[in-house]
Amino acid sequence: MSKNLNAIQIADKVYWVGAIDWGVRNIHGYTTDRGTTYNAYLVMDDKITLFDTVKKEFEDEFLSRIASIVNPEKIDYIISNHSEPDHSEVLPEIIKAVKPEKVFASVMGKKALNAIYHDLNMEITAVKDGEELGLGSKTVKFMETRMLHWPDSMFSYLVEDKVLLTQDAFGMHLASSERFGEELPWGVLKTHVSGYYANIITPYSSHVAKLFEKIDTSGLEVSIVAPDHGPVWRNMDNFRKVLSLYKKWSARKLDEKIVIVYDTMWGSTEKMANHIEDGARSSDVSVEMMPLYSFERSMIALEMLDASAVIVGAPTLNNNIFPSLADVLTYIKGLKFKTPYGAVFGSYGWSGEGNNLLREYLVSIGVEIVDEIKSKYVPDDKVKEECFLLGQAVANKVKEFIKNQ
Amino acid sequence: MNKYVCDVCGYVYDPEIGDPDNGVSPGTTFEDIPDDWICPTCAAGSESFSPAS
Repeated sequence: MSKNLNAIQIADKVYWVGAIDWGVRNIHGYTTDRGTTYNAYLVMDDKITLFDTVKKEFEDEFLSRIASIVNPEKIDYIISNHSEPDHSEVLPEIIKAVKPEKVFASVMGKKALNAIYHDLNMEITAVKDGEELGLGSKTVKFMETRMLHWPDSMFSYLVEDKVLLTQDAFGMHLASSERFGEELPWGVLKTHVSGYYANIITPYSSHVAKLFEKIDTSGLEVSIVAPDHGPVWRNMDNFRKVLSLYKKWSARKLDEKIVIVYDTMWGSTEKMANHIEDGARSSDVSVEMMPLYSFERSMIALEMLDASAVIVGAPTLNNNIFPSLADVLTYIKGLKFKTPYGAVFGSYGWSGEGNNLLREYLVSIGVEIVDEIKSKYVPDDKVKEECFLLGQAVANKVKEFIKNQ
Repeated sequence: MNKYVCDVCGYVYDPEIGDPDNGVSPGTTFEDIPDDWICPTCAAGSESFSPAS
């Protein structure tokens, strides 16, 4: 019987010492329906080295897992691959308690940590891309990955064991007892890895593409990929599937799919949405219907990741769009999807500004508007027919786009 | 002299300030920045910059 929560070995002298957050449901506006983990890793070499820490409220769990292997005070080096608080909040405490010999971060990481914590009581050693650090029998090679997904982000590569510690890249928000990808069903992994990319990584897709170029040219061999959230990738067949998804998304390859995002006050905009969906389906294109009284922004992002068109509908409310649309459109704009086509629709009673505002929004994010339809109050047969045709028109654009992609 | 904005992270290149940390002296117009210069915040290339509106 251990008095401590246990560390889990992931490679020779390399241990997972993170924390499992079963209950978190919102991480900076991204809904995490299955919680997450904050992964930290401990390497037991001549220099006992800790990679990243955890969120403040998990300090005890984290220290307990370290203590199952070694007295935390024996830690020599701490390496911060990512400054975001869920990976660094315990750093000031642990520096105080452990008094490590050195703390390493990227050049941008050093700046970020000093701007986040004003009481580190320690000079952080900045390391550059390609720099190596000997731990005894093992070597760490640092790899700058700026803007994946923060300026400070870097990977650490354990050269002898071919273990790549990738902080937030290739991660997912998924709490599970299983520590390794191969212990979980691929469908679950795919959903969460997609959600993570859509909600976190999308704006930095060009950086992902550059990273792959860099890895391909350097011929980096990897046997284990250990991110800062979710399971560790130990089975490379599984990880190769993740890689191919990352390659698809970073190259902005899209599917023959339309997302219809709308909300409704008294059912009219929803009626329009249903006829648009009917028209799109009649052209045999897959459609995701996403009413915002049930779906929230992270789910919309997940579906927009590989959609070729987004059709947005809002009732006009007090000369504006319905507020749930403003939330989602703001979020989507920040994620910088490259959706080629779209359309707008909505019901109104007297002023009817909704469509104009929706159109401006979509145009501002580079979407080509195929068509738009307004319905004064409840849609009549003529409006319903127009909605059906709008769905068909967008579907035809999508099919054309996919054929030429 | 025009300012330029990084489309990726929002960093603003101000030619009056330059980027002395990375060898671009004050007064260097964006057009005269070396080809291998990258955004000091996010490492995007100069092709990711647009003129500030």
